[in-house]
Amino acid sequence: MGSGHGTELNLTLKVWRQKNTKATGSFETHQLSGISTDMSFLEMFDVLNEKLISEGKEAIAFDHDCREGICGMCSMYINGRPHGPKQGVTTCQLHMRSFKNGDTIVVEPWRSAAFPVIKDLAVDRSAFDRIIASGGYISVNTGNAQDANNILIPKTDADEAFGAAACIGCGACVAACKNSSAMLFVSAKVSQLALLPQGQVERKERVKKMVAAMDEEGFGNCTNTGACEAECPKGISLENIARMNRELMGATFK
Amino acid sequence: MSKGFLKSSIGKKFVMGLTGLFLISFLVVHCFINCLIFFNDGGLTFNIGADFMAHNWLIRAGELVLFFGLIVHIVQALLLTLENKKARPVGYAKIDGAANSSWYSRSMGLLGTLLLMFLIIHLVHFWVKSRFTGLSGEDANGNENLYAVMQETFKMAWVVVLYALSMISLAYHLLHGFQSAFQTLGLNHKVYTPIIKKAGIAFSILIPFIFALMPILMFFGVIK
Ligand code: HEM
Ligand code: SF4
Ligand code: FES
Repeated sequence: MGSGHGTELNLTLKVWRQKNTKATGSFETHQLSGISTDMSFLEMFDVLNEKLISEGKEAIAFDHDCREGICGMCSMYINGRPHGPKQGVTTCQLHMRSFKNGDTIVVEPWRSAAFPVIKDLAVDRSAFDRIIASGGYISVNTGNAQDANNILIPKTDADEAFGAAACIGCGACVAACKNSSAMLFVSAKVSQLALLPQGQVERKERVKKMVAAMDEEGFGNCTNTGACEAECPKGISLENIARMNRELMGATFK
Repeated sequence: MSKGFLKSSIGKKFVMGLTGLFLISFLVVHCFINCLIFFNDGGLTFNIGADFMAHNWLIRAGELVLFFGLIVHIVQALLLTLENKKARPVGYAKIDGAANSSWYSRSMGLLGTLLLMFLIIHLVHFWVKSRFTGLSGEDANGNENLYAVMQETFKMAWVVVLYALSMISLAYHLLHGFQSAFQTLGLNHKVYTPIIKKAGIAFSILIPFIFALMPILMFFGVIK
């Protein structure tokens, strides 16, 4: 691993360019040569942007922050898949060794009415923030950190809550879904709190509010294709969606 | 509050799932009755079953519920499909759908539309005749001879081909729909879900296969 002797690639890049939310946008083609297979996908974009800047052209806007798979910013729809051809990684964790010399790579922004394009590849994912703000919190005062065994939680619940809490809000689930459904994201956020004692106080109100907020934002309806689960970089499971459905039924009919 | 539930995305899906499972239960009954033709006794046994279905008031009431369920399933499917289209106004230039989901799970609207077209033709073939325009006559037992209608209908090659192809659509619709309905209703379980999925695959292949066998065997005169 990481011997540093990557080979070099010549690539054709087709990138979506769009001036602002209102503009129509179109693809722009770039030829890149000498791209090291050790580079990350975002580093490849850095190289391209430096080239554009040195040519006096405008750099391509794209979101990124941590570049280590934890912030969920790096939304790019690469060759027909969110975060590109590898399973379980974000774009920043995708490396050029996943591509072959001479490849044409098509890069598009997340496409969803609820995620308007801000510019080029950068989209506005604040719809997720508004869903969280509607109920994805607990308002009990938890005080200082408890002794680990003060609140007993069954191991399976703890594991499932932890699994759900791994969601980084990247939006790949929405991007992958043919219906632009946000069910995987919202169900992860509902689950992580519904499974733990601290989340019980607002449990019923929370699921109602978060589902209502999700619908309000204009995400589509889940048809259980499973594309979200397959493309989620954090392995969030469809079981969470079933749990959210149960939670909403429980909150409505009990 | 339950009104709010039915208007929510999850509530609408819930209705899809319930009506879908209800339609599946209807398929079981329908298939069972039709299997009576496999007695190959000139339709005598089948006609007993068909006659019972036509005159039992409970079955007739069930038929109304069935039509209601089907219409709700179809209307809801249409609304959901339109809403889902609206949720992505600008599409992708390149989509690698096969990498993350099955084609039939992404084509439920199309498969359903094919089923709807088939259902209309199918109802004209049998249901309209048996309920409204009257059948051609009675069999040796004095039962209405629906079997004769079957024989007439399945003499036409295009009908047999259409029925067989439609059963393929049904198989794929169920291949996704059967297990999907359980997930929608919130039934996802470490132990039971794999069993439900396997049972769903078996059901989705077996029932349409038996249905498809009927016109084919009648056409080739194996069942007389
Ligand atoms: C015998 C007839 C039918 C049966 C047994 C059947 C069964 C099912 C089942 C079990 C589901 C899954 C529900 C869920 O995921 O919660 C489903 C979904 C669906 N059906 Fe049907 N259906 C039938 C006819 C139709 C017709 C005529 C149409 C369209 C006009 C249709 C369109 C759809 C659509 C669009 C979905 C949603 C896809 C999804 O959520 O996965 N179906 N059906
Ligand atoms: S569920 Fe997965 S794909 Fe969706 S936002 Fe969370 S981490 Fe990203
Ligand atoms: S830049 Fe933070 S996850 Fe990719």
